[in-house]
Amino acid sequence: MVLTAGLSLKPQYFDAALACPAEGLWFEVHPENYMVAGGPRIAWLEAIRSKHAISLHGVALSLAADAEPDPAHLARLAALVRRVEPALVSEHLAWSAWRGAYHPDLLPFPRTSEALVRIVDNISRTQETLKRRIAIENPSHYLAIDGHERDEIDFLAEIARRTGCGLLLDVNNVYVSARNLGYSAEAYLDAFPAGLVMEIHLAGHTADPNLGAALLVDSHDAAVAPEVWALYERLIRRIGPRPTLIERDDNLPDFAALLAEREHADAVLKAPLERAA
Amino acid sequence: MHAPAPGALARFQDAFARALRAPEAAPSAELTELTAQPAFAVYRNTVMKGCIDALQANYPAVTRIVGEEWFRAAAAVYARETPPSDPTLLNYGADFADFLGRFDPAADLPYLPDVARLDRFWTEAHVAPDADRLDPATVAGLAPEALAGIVLVPHASARWAWFEDAPAYTIWSRNRGDGDPGTDMDWRPEGALVVRPRAAVEWAALDAAGCAFLDACAAGRALDEAARRALDADRQADLAAILATLLGAGAFSHARAVQDSQPAKEQP
Repeated sequence: MVLTAGLSLKPQYFDAALACPAEGLWFEVHPENYMVAGGPRIAWLEAIRSKHAISLHGVALSLAADAEPDPAHLARLAALVRRVEPALVSEHLAWSAWRGAYHPDLLPFPRTSEALVRIVDNISRTQETLKRRIAIENPSHYLAIDGHERDEIDFLAEIARRTGCGLLLDVNNVYVSARNLGYSAEAYLDAFPAGLVMEIHLAGHTADPNLGAALLVDSHDAAVAPEVWALYERLIRRIGPRPTLIERDDNLPDFAALLAEREHADAVLKAPLERAA
Repeated sequence: MHAPAPGALARFQDAFARALRAPEAAPSAELTELTAQPAFAVYRNTVMKGCIDALQANYPAVTRIVGEEWFRAAAAVYARETPPSDPTLLNYGADFADFLGRFDPAADLPYLPDVARLDRFWTEAHVAPDADRLDPATVAGLAPEALAGIVLVPHASARWAWFEDAPAYTIWSRNRGDGDPGTDMDWRPEGALVVRPRAAVEWAALDAAGCAFLDACAAGRALDEAARRALDADRQADLAAILATLLGAGAFSHARAVQDSQPAKEQP
């Protein structure tokens, strides 16, 4: 089955998700929420999996930390991958676990050659353990960091070249980062290596409560913004259709509202195919 | 976790992690330019929100009793003391009940730590390994002489406790859902059993003798010894009723002969 547009899956949506007949619909979850010994959570996920494709989108491998991924965590992820046989597995170009503490966020770092070597090693280790190719996501940026030796696209492309991994292109992250750090989102997307994109993310953002529109926060708690839809259409016109996720983690609307956004993405994905036909 | 190499990346991450934990007003001696940017607060806030959201999700009855605002303030204090070590945030806050026990602003609610223990029991039962429940008919079918020598093995999801100081189970169960928490309450000690014998977590009141009986079963004692301990806890205990209640609640996964050297599960 070809994956079209998918949705973040939250427990509130299980019944509606299970029953939804939309063609090509798939669901993405954070694997950390399903690393349980047993019980209803994993049973729910397996029930959804019997009807729809699943993507595991990790937040905790901490690939950009200057340390190997926690072997126990990686083993739990591998067990979940074996259990649900996901269509896609992805992680972030970021760090979150460090010296035994887990920071529930995706933290930045200077893109140095030292970091590149470490991340390449961590991704290779992950792909060997999971016995599959994973996709790495471009994070949202808020801080101007000194010491970057490569720009982000160059860094991501070099990681992909050395590890064989693919990329997850989050269009909202590009928009938010471009606005926060003052560069062109269009230029970034136009330069992104099309052949490496395994998945696309779309999400909502909000203005920082203190700084307003000068600082956009990748909050995943609102509908996808019109500016992000425009960037997405521009991207799909250039690279063709890719599995696209409407990502929502907070301030959850009813399932029908998410499904309407999903249909918007689905229509964009079908447009270039129609033109080619 | 493996020790990181002593490079620039590790130094950056040490300094960044320290700055995340530092109080907002304190300027960072390292990463000065980075942490001086107002946007640094986004990371600080996201990390703290992630910890507090996880605790609130894991402790719904405590939240309902104290209100969201009080809970989130208390959770922030806890999160600064005890950041998560496991990215599976369902497991976060395992010792939150102990924290509430020594948290001065909670001193007026002495039953709150036990309510937190019951919320934690619910989470542990929710994620426990799947296991069959012992069919009461299996026990009913045993001859009396065989019965005395068997060990009833508590279900992998079963958690129980006796609360000496307050009706913590009644308070917890009335605040676990959306129902009316009520005001009428018989102020007496109580026990509780929380278990997931089927798909969903279930709970029941348990008397002192029932708790003592389950403690003995968990320690690998045979039924006759478990019965003696139940009577030690309460000389008036109705053993048949206790056994029927526990079997009906799905508190056991299976029965085994006492000589089997299968390791017994200790109650945490």
